[in-house]
Amino acid sequence: MPEDSEIIEQIVDRYDGDDGMLIPMMQDLQAESGYLPADQLRCLGRHLRLPLSRLYAVATFYSSFRLAPKGAHEVTLCMGTVCYLKGSASISEAITREFQVEPGGTTRDRLFSFQAVNCMGACAVAPVMTVDGKYYNGVSPASALEILYGLTKEHVTADKEEQT
Amino acid sequence: MTELGIKRFSSLVELEGMREKLLNSRSASAKSIHVCTGPGCVAKGSFKLYEIFCAAVEGAGSDVQVQAKCVGCHGFCERGPIVVIEPGGIFYQRVEEPDVAEIFRETVLGGRVVERLLYEDPNTGKKVEKANEIPFYKVQERIALSGNGLLDPTEISDYIAEGGYTALAKVLSPMTPEEVISEVELSGLRGRGGGGFPTGRKWRSCRQAEGSPKYVICNGDEGDPGAFMDRCIMEGNPHSVIEGMLIGAYAIGSEHGYIYVRNEYPLSVERLKNAVAQAKELGLVGETILGSSFSFDIRINRGGGAFVCGESTALMASLEGRPGEPRAKYVHTVESGFRGKPTNLNNVETWANIPHIINRGGKWFAGIGTEKSKGTKVFSLVGNVVNTGLVEVPMGITMRRIIDEIGGGIRDGKRFKAVQTGGPSGGCIPAEHLDARVDFEELTKLGSMMGSGGMIVMDEETCMVRVAKYFTDFLQKESCGKCTPCREGLAQMLYILDRITDGEGQVGDIERLEELGGLLEGTALCALGKTAANPVISTIRYFRDEYDAHILDGRCPAKECRGLFRYEIDPEACNGCGICLKNCPADAITGEKKVPHVINQEKCTLCGTCWEKCPFTAVLKV
Repeated sequence: MPEDSEIIEQIVDRYDGDDGMLIPMMQDLQAESGYLPADQLRCLGRHLRLPLSRLYAVATFYSSFRLAPKGAHEVTLCMGTVCYLKGSASISEAITREFQVEPGGTTRDRLFSFQAVNCMGACAVAPVMTVDGKYYNGVSPASALEILYGLTKEHVTADKEEQT
Repeated sequence: MTELGIKRFSSLVELEGMREKLLNSRSASAKSIHVCTGPGCVAKGSFKLYEIFCAAVEGAGSDVQVQAKCVGCHGFCERGPIVVIEPGGIFYQRVEEPDVAEIFRETVLGGRVVERLLYEDPNTGKKVEKANEIPFYKVQERIALSGNGLLDPTEISDYIAEGGYTALAKVLSPMTPEEVISEVELSGLRGRGGGGFPTGRKWRSCRQAEGSPKYVICNGDEGDPGAFMDRCIMEGNPHSVIEGMLIGAYAIGSEHGYIYVRNEYPLSVERLKNAVAQAKELGLVGETILGSSFSFDIRINRGGGAFVCGESTALMASLEGRPGEPRAKYVHTVESGFRGKPTNLNNVETWANIPHIINRGGKWFAGIGTEKSKGTKVFSLVGNVVNTGLVEVPMGITMRRIIDEIGGGIRDGKRFKAVQTGGPSGGCIPAEHLDARVDFEELTKLGSMMGSGGMIVMDEETCMVRVAKYFTDFLQKESCGKCTPCREGLAQMLYILDRITDGEGQVGDIERLEELGGLLEGTALCALGKTAANPVISTIRYFRDEYDAHILDGRCPAKECRGLFRYEIDPEACNGCGICLKNCPADAITGEKKVPHVINQEKCTLCGTCWEKCPFTAVLKV
């Protein structure tokens, strides 16, 4: 896309094309799209005359870089002992089945990233799931799916607002 | 700044003239509201307080001489948000939004003190008006933090008015680079980032090294969990760091500087960028500084989020746009560092000390501290201590004074168990060594280290094996993977520690850990790897009985490791209210109303819900 290469040219110029400033350049690039798309990395490498392997090495070494887009929402499900006893495994299975997303992954439509964690320290209200940091307690497979279906709508309206 | 009539300074005289002008423009009766914007206070909403104060100032009318300013961390984070009213230094703590109007009406306009917002000395029960009367501050001696709480970090004029850039002027007025280095050598200043290498000697080696250009780097990659002093200096007094770097660059003969700031500190980046831009505008950074032949430019780099980049060679690799992997240091970075050129790297706190040393003399600095560790050190005092916060103390003070007098002792009347210093590469120091003096050598002798200055206090309910495991886990995740001992050794240590805290420790595990620790120390490539076993080795050294209890008796003495202790209900304390029964997710609790309940150990999952929920502390860990 010509737009991409324009953005990359701007970023490269910002640092006088100094390849020592690769990390700040990649940070700026990530700020544009939220992650580092492969074709943009390739394009940046061409501008700096650096092999893609070098950019990939940097992107995978530092924890602040992402090679895949994150979902619009972050869903975390507790798999601690108590939550597990109260059925969080079946919640996880239900989410995987309904949204085709494994723990640690992101849905194909990038609606949400799904994470399973060991214990969130909220055993008293198990099973626990958080969505963008908001706690939902005592969830069941049905109520978890209901919450996540609610996200779809939120996401769509948010997008629409952005477009108008 | 144009409103103050400041333009680019082309000589020292102009800088001095501006300082006088700034001081004269200050009226003695003008009030100043200092709102702390350190990380602790910001988390408690101090930016909002600042906005409300600003609105109050605007609404007060032009006949009232008052200004509100955001200042750097005051240090007493426990009591934040902190607001100080000058002149008079009236110290308000735990200020909330509704208090702003009262402070403004009573203190700023009326000159009266709002008693209820003052700090109450727990020893005497008396309200205290000024910071220096509070025990937390009394024992402290502030050099690197002296501008914090006083200056607006976003305004260079504030720094200049308080004597900022006088050290630079003194150096350019002129001292020879040799004289500058001698002064720093005389001060006995040692690197504050952890290594403790004599700063003056480093500068001299770099000056003498062949090759050009030479580089000056400020290490602001403060990665130790539990340490935030560099952040507070970068955000609270960024010009002190810049001035220090300018002086160092002049002494070494460098024209190019970099500040490498941790990715997680966006406000530090913003404040430093703003400060460098202001200094450039006034001709304090850039070409022909203050009309002299000295030129120096500073660039600010944001890290990528890797702990190992705090190591100097890894940091330089990162600055070159490569993965932050360290290299062996048989060739020193002062000879061949960044881009293979002579490079002098110092930590934020080290740089912030330099202007003071130049202004007040190396001899003055050397008069503070111990024989081999001079000056002061900033520590972040955190953990199970009453007063958490940022403290600056003279070297040689005992750990006991820091924890008891400044820190106010252990929280909730519990007993002290250990203090962890030096970050993930440091160690745990037990009660019997609390009277040890804080200096580089002493801490190393005790199996810990100075590190960047994190001081995590732990009480009797902390399991030392878990502490060791926490740090090993952290380091294992942050290991860059370049050398085998660190990559594989830490993974093995973590494996063994996991086994121990799961109650599956084997006889001989302690020796295996010690052996791996020795291997790391002897063979790892960089300081991160060489010191990575410190948390394990030091806890084995002082708390071997806890390891033994886990391995031999299947018991966690601190009752933290799940499965290595049980929950029981004390029939004396239980009144049968039924709260635990209702909340137990495993239906493991039985009992009639108003009759002491019982936990069925077979069913109990050890989740701890009953222990948390019981209002009568009748649930015991045994």
